[in-house]
Amino acid sequence: MSRRQPPFEAAALEATVRAAVGARCAVGIDLVDIDEVQRSIETLGDAYLDRLFTEHERASCTGSARARAASFAARFAAKEAALKVLAPSGPRPEWRSIEVVRLPHGACELHLHGTAAALADAGGLSGFSVSLTHEAGYAAAVVVAALAQGGGARPDGGR
Amino acid sequence: MDEEIRRVLAAHGRLPVDAAGVGDGDDLFQLGLSSHASVNVMLALEDAFGIEFPEPMLRKSTFESVAAIHRALAQLLPTPAQS
Repeated sequence: MSRRQPPFEAAALEATVRAAVGARCAVGIDLVDIDEVQRSIETLGDAYLDRLFTEHERASCTGSARARAASFAARFAAKEAALKVLAPSGPRPEWRSIEVVRLPHGACELHLHGTAAALADAGGLSGFSVSLTHEAGYAAAVVVAALAQGGGARPDGGR
Repeated sequence: MDEEIRRVLAAHGRLPVDAAGVGDGDDLFQLGLSSHASVNVMLALEDAFGIEFPEPMLRKSTFESVAAIHRALAQLLPTPAQS
């Protein structure tokens, strides 16, 4: 870890602690049947993959047909979980505007683009975090975001 | 058009009921249409009718019933649809 000037480090620490303990959070969860995703890939092919997943996501999902389906199912779950956090009152943002970015060491981040990013800004949501898992026949994802003080403009309270 | 919508629902909706017997106004999500299956239905409708649902139409209500899907398709097809 790089050394920084103490005042800057103290400010960064304060911001981190405030984000960790002081912020209200919004959470979303989703569960997806891996068989359904595998069947969609087989029957709809590129129309399915290109519409739902970014180029990075498609490149991240490798291996056997089953392994790929599990990875795509987890990413679809992440998009739906993020949608529950964003809770749009109007149209939903298109799927590729919510992107699971796989870091070199294997952990994943959630990146928002376009309409999804605009919804997050409008709702006072930031610091998105995602966790993916798959086991047996299902893939699941949880998305958490910090809700700014005075935020919560989401009409349904972020169900 | 409604016959084709029901064919797509039967093939891609994974409903626990027979799509042929679904009423025009029946709520497909209450009948068991999952969010993932609704995406499959959307993509299959796009392929069947040669259209693409734009982002403003990507809302749950667009796909909530046969009648709602009919209305959405009627907006996207170049000529008024006959059912």
